Amino acid sequence: MSEATPILEARSLVKVLGGNRVLENVSLDIGRGRVKVLIGPSGAGKSTLLQCLNFLIPPDSGHILLEGREVEKTSKRELCSFRQQVGMIFQDFNLFDHLSALENVRVALMKVKGMPKLEATERAVAELKRVGLADKATLYPANLSGGQKQRVAIARALAMDPKVMLLDEPTSALDPELIGEVLAVIRDLAQGGMTMIMATHQISFSASLADEFIFMERGRVVEQGSPADLLGRGSGSRTQAFCSKISELTGESGEAGSECHP
Amino acid sequence: MSLPYSEFFRAELGPGLLDGLWVSLLVIAPSALCGALIGLTAGVLRVYGPKPVRWLTECYVSLFRGTPLVVQVFFWYFALPYIKIGGFSIVLDPIPAAILSFALCSGAYQSEYIRGGLNAIKHGQIRAALALGMTTRQAVMSVVLPQAFRRALPGCGNEVIYLIKYSSLASIITVNELTGTATTIAKNSWRNIEVFCTLGVFYLLLVTVATWLLRLLEDSLSVPGFERPQS
Repeated sequence: MSEATPILEARSLVKVLGGNRVLENVSLDIGRGRVKVLIGPSGAGKSTLLQCLNFLIPPDSGHILLEGREVEKTSKRELCSFRQQVGMIFQDFNLFDHLSALENVRVALMKVKGMPKLEATERAVAELKRVGLADKATLYPANLSGGQKQRVAIARALAMDPKVMLLDEPTSALDPELIGEVLAVIRDLAQGGMTMIMATHQISFSASLADEFIFMERGRVVEQGSPADLLGRGSGSRTQAFCSKISELTGESGEAGSECHP
Repeated sequence: MSLPYSEFFRAELGPGLLDGLWVSLLVIAPSALCGALIGLTAGVLRVYGPKPVRWLTECYVSLFRGTPLVVQVFFWYFALPYIKIGGFSIVLDPIPAAILSFALCSGAYQSEYIRGGLNAIKHGQIRAALALGMTTRQAVMSVVLPQAFRRALPGCGNEVIYLIKYSSLASIITVNELTGTATTIAKNSWRNIEVFCTLGVFYLLLVTVATWLLRLLEDSLSVPGFERPQS
């Protein structure tokens, strides 16, 4: 595999849901250590795209390649091994409600990777430590705050040693005062070299992080480019127009991330 | 006039019903256990099984919820021996026939509670499990079912309580459990009212103990977010 081979590549993804073309021939690729951010209005297909990328929603047509090798979506075994290498973070966390934070991180290590319990526990503790939750290991999701839940979800994904992480609006379900702790973890990940594709409305945060913005609308990629290019004053881009609309709504002095100009 | 009740109870009714109680437990315990297992399996297959299996389990549930239990008990005890396959036929003794009927009937009802529990679990739980690389089977077994079972437990317990009482139907295929013994004693002593009232108390005690055991089970499975509402 050459240095330039993208880690994850999607070619011409199409998805029709209930008669709507939710994804219209979408292609993208991402190289090692890169961060790409999906932005756009709701219903643009960002979430569908992310879920198609790991076949949680099977695309109607198109191809997905991991490190240059096409994923054979009809083979259950290959799908499982592919998904282990592609971590997914959901808007609504989806922690396993009957398991403690530690067990949430540990369960797939044991069931999927077949790791012995002791080793899996050690790994889970280390991952919880990495997201700053070592002291919450025994708590259940019902007793964690939204921000803590999302950090456990990130630890759970990281424990599988993913080659790329997909984040579907990781802070959208959080109270404003809890967003910062999750963004801090995501920033650490990016700085640690994790390859990430993230859908978000946290524009200024992601502008400081992303190598590329991908602006989607009605199932298509409308614009893509570096945040500086797309958001620059007078760039006249759709991205810029969209972002200034968000910042108008939330107020220029609003919470972190609502502002447009990096 | 015959013996006073206390004498009658000490000498005849009490020891008789105690013997019957053991036989009842011998029928109830395996029926409840097998019924729960059948219910779990059928419930999961009804929701997550492949189409033909789903259809088969639906048929099983319709059949066993849709016919009177007496008919089912008679079938397994009286009719089964007449069904010959390749010259072989199965003849069941009364107790195994009773256990088989109760387990199958109970399982059909239990599967309904389990199905309800499974459907109550949000789809995001499965998606998260799949996203970690679990197979659908792993996701169902280690993520969805443990949660669904906790949600279904009060209903399942209810079914066990029913089972304790409909186990009295075993008496019609000559099993000398509580009700069978009581009927015999009543016939011989002509003291119907006292015998059947005492019988009622025995069932009440049995159900009370079962309720307490089910509470213990609920408590031992309780985790934050799945606890019994405290009043």
